[in-house]
Amino acid sequence: MARPPLGTCCSGFTRSQAMRAALASDRPGGRGWSAREWDPRMPIPAGAGLDRRRFLLAAAGGLVSVYGAGRLGLGERALSEGIAQAATVQGASSPILVSIFLAGGVDALSVLAPTEDPAYRKLRPTLAVAPGQGTPFAEDPRLSWGPAAAAFGQLHAAGKMTVFPGIGYADPDMSHFTSRHYWEVGAADTRLVTGWLGRYLDQVGTADNPLQGLSMDSEMNPTLATAVHPVAAIDRPETFSLWLNDVWGDIFSLTLDTASSLGDAHRRGHDPAMAQVAGAASEVGEVRRALAPFRTADGKAAYTSPVTYPSSATSQFPQRLAGLAAMIAAGLPLRCVALTPETQFDTHASQSETFTSGLSLIAEAVAAFQSDLEARGIADRVITHVWSEFGRRAQENGGLGTDHGAAGVGMLIGTRVTGAMVGEWPVLSNLDANGNQRENVDFRGVYASLLEQWLGHDAASVIPDARRFARYQVIR
Amino acid sequence: MPSIPSSPIATLGGRFTERHATRLLWRAGFGPRRDEARRLAALGLDGAVASLTRPQGRARLAGRPPHGADGLPLDPIDVWGDDHCWWLDRMVRSTHQLVERMTLIWHSWFATSIDGATAALMIRQNQMMRARALGNFHDLLVEVTRDPAMLLWLSGTENNRYSPNENYAREVMELFTLGADRGYTQHDVHQQARALTGFTNDWSEGRGPHNFRFDPKLHDDGVKTIFGRRGRFDYLDSCRLCVTHRTHPSFMVSKLWGYFVAEPIPAGVLRALEGAYAHSGFEVRPLVEAILRHPLFYEGDRMVIPPAVYCAGLLRAAGQTVQTNDWAWIGAQTGQRLFEPPNVAGWDYAHWLDTSRWSARLEAVNYALAKTNVDPDTKAYAVHESPTQAVAKALAFWGNPDLSAETSRSLHGFSRQAGRLIHADWEQIPYRAMRQNALRVLIATAPDWQTC
Repeated sequence: MARPPLGTCCSGFTRSQAMRAALASDRPGGRGWSAREWDPRMPIPAGAGLDRRRFLLAAAGGLVSVYGAGRLGLGERALSEGIAQAATVQGASSPILVSIFLAGGVDALSVLAPTEDPAYRKLRPTLAVAPGQGTPFAEDPRLSWGPAAAAFGQLHAAGKMTVFPGIGYADPDMSHFTSRHYWEVGAADTRLVTGWLGRYLDQVGTADNPLQGLSMDSEMNPTLATAVHPVAAIDRPETFSLWLNDVWGDIFSLTLDTASSLGDAHRRGHDPAMAQVAGAASEVGEVRRALAPFRTADGKAAYTSPVTYPSSATSQFPQRLAGLAAMIAAGLPLRCVALTPETQFDTHASQSETFTSGLSLIAEAVAAFQSDLEARGIADRVITHVWSEFGRRAQENGGLGTDHGAAGVGMLIGTRVTGAMVGEWPVLSNLDANGNQRENVDFRGVYASLLEQWLGHDAASVIPDARRFARYQVIR
Repeated sequence: MPSIPSSPIATLGGRFTERHATRLLWRAGFGPRRDEARRLAALGLDGAVASLTRPQGRARLAGRPPHGADGLPLDPIDVWGDDHCWWLDRMVRSTHQLVERMTLIWHSWFATSIDGATAALMIRQNQMMRARALGNFHDLLVEVTRDPAMLLWLSGTENNRYSPNENYAREVMELFTLGADRGYTQHDVHQQARALTGFTNDWSEGRGPHNFRFDPKLHDDGVKTIFGRRGRFDYLDSCRLCVTHRTHPSFMVSKLWGYFVAEPIPAGVLRALEGAYAHSGFEVRPLVEAILRHPLFYEGDRMVIPPAVYCAGLLRAAGQTVQTNDWAWIGAQTGQRLFEPPNVAGWDYAHWLDTSRWSARLEAVNYALAKTNVDPDTKAYAVHESPTQAVAKALAFWGNPDLSAETSRSLHGFSRQAGRLIHADWEQIPYRAMRQNALRVLIATAPDWQTC
């Protein structure tokens, strides 16, 4: 994962990232955190502790991690068949929702900036988008798309984007960990352990198609955490090229096999430390065996894109979207897909650098993805949802950055969205007690609307207390 | 011999064996050199612990000095990665092993990253932590609070009376002294931030950040309320208020215990050590001496050896020192690049391994063994060496470590299978040489060796 400029984000953010990474990572057996390591005041991310197994699935073009297959006793063959079957049945008909999470709390006032507002210039003496610097936002003359969000502005101007300029929830929690969890599970509930899209998949998905819920960041996205059906993550593309000094030929292979079998012998032992090392050794053997027939010289992807995606040395996000478009076009049975770009928007300091390069790459990649879908003739099947756990403080801090806020900006992108703004821009003359913008659209209402209008599903069976939340017209 | 005060908690009974000494060397140092565990065991429990906690004289660096792959001396300030190698070398060669190990603990405790500071400032912080490794925690906290690398890392020099920055104020309570939400509120964070104002530094092209200082003009000298107390507090008060807070001793004792013992600290032990710690005026050495003598330290579950300790331990056991800067990227790949902890909470000591990190540890073994491998083209290797003799020779190379029955069985099984691959005349020596090299790798990558 590309690193943010360190020292700019707060510990709550980096720690939550680390803990979540550890939860989902290559840990032997995917055991998750034990009670004694987990801080009980933090909500446990949805899906923590789901068993995770790696499978080589030709249908998915390589190695994927499948979560929840163990509880069903599914093996590689059954999953491949399940995917093939789902592809036939579900085929090119079911709607797909792509969820893109901007981690860290993206600064809404730099995405849609009230450039002419004197209050804005006063609150943001160094960070304000200057008048004339952005692109006018047609639905509210007070606002302009910040330069970094220019590609979003073009999607909006083309009628392919519905914007929520004041999305959030009442009694906002300013902790990354908690707020993000709320958004992931679709409820202000710290104890819920399934993602809102995971609950949807449990109702519409099948027991043998893990691709129905696909994370494209090598770790399972908690939004997709299910209770019943399996979901998958595309694994890291890294290949294993192990070597030994002065050992070759048959003895070399025998040595690596022995190292892995030592792992097999110890991984179920009673000592947790031994089991941790042994589990890793054992998995190295599995991956080595699984990848052996697939190792190519450069390991490049075997698909071509009809459009050009932005290139980046530090981010795999554009390439992941390109791969996703290819997978959808190939008829893979996807329903919900989640991505988290590498950029971290927890911009407590030196905001402009991270924000500008990070957001512009993401916006351009999303725009390229949309063009790609259109060029492939599959755009009507896909809606992309862009969200962040909160906006940022209206008043900038003294470190050329901004602290955690409340309401933020969200958007839906696709050929089927209404293109009409939902809610209104929260004015700076009516900030809350913490100096944050107030929300006027509840994210749970947006989820319920998406379920009903896009996925054709009963929102009440997915979102707790769904009837409490207003619905918004988001789909044409 | 230095003497050691009696422990406020239980101590290991019975004979202090070579096995006990081996664990002590891995957990309170960087693993045994040849025969070191046997010599340490002869000192008995108290003598062995005191030799680590109260080392005599100045630390010496024993053995061949380090150099980079190009043969030039390490340059920890100006060459990327040499900072890592410089400290790894101290871990390998220092005669004050626990001092280095405690410095590593403080590095993770007050995790500061070179990504937010400079190599020179990181080395300076490292020297400060080394000098205070087993000293007084309150003094250490004061030094950390005004340490230039930390001031840069957690926005200390951006925190002034005109625009308070809560970064350090939050971490000093949450991660360094009290624990998350243990007896403080957002109000205290804000007030602590005000108390901590006043640090600043200059910056220039060429010199980078320099001239770190406390400037009273930047300090908010108004009245603050912290933990319900009112006063015109400054950074010294802030440190004092943290260590004298009612929740600090339990945080301190359990966190320190966690670096040395796999099991959670028993309630009675926690109470006794909390009391002793507060009574001593926040001294670290007596706490460490008590933990290193507790029965759970020796008889509890094993712990995964942290990557930096594993790398240093391989070099120590193989009788080698740092002779290439490749150790820096090996450090990164194994998951512990020194001076670059993953975040301000430090390394996650509970989860050191995944497939890529295991592979990197194999790489570390390759590097540690590079100079001592048996050349398969040699003419001088025992042409009749049996599978059993081969295992015995490889075990002796590593100082006959204690291995589980399963591991021992696997090694012998491997040795026999490798023997069966030897057919042609020309294979007799090269294959036995490779078998020997492979056995040494298998021992050092076995779950037994990677844990202690």
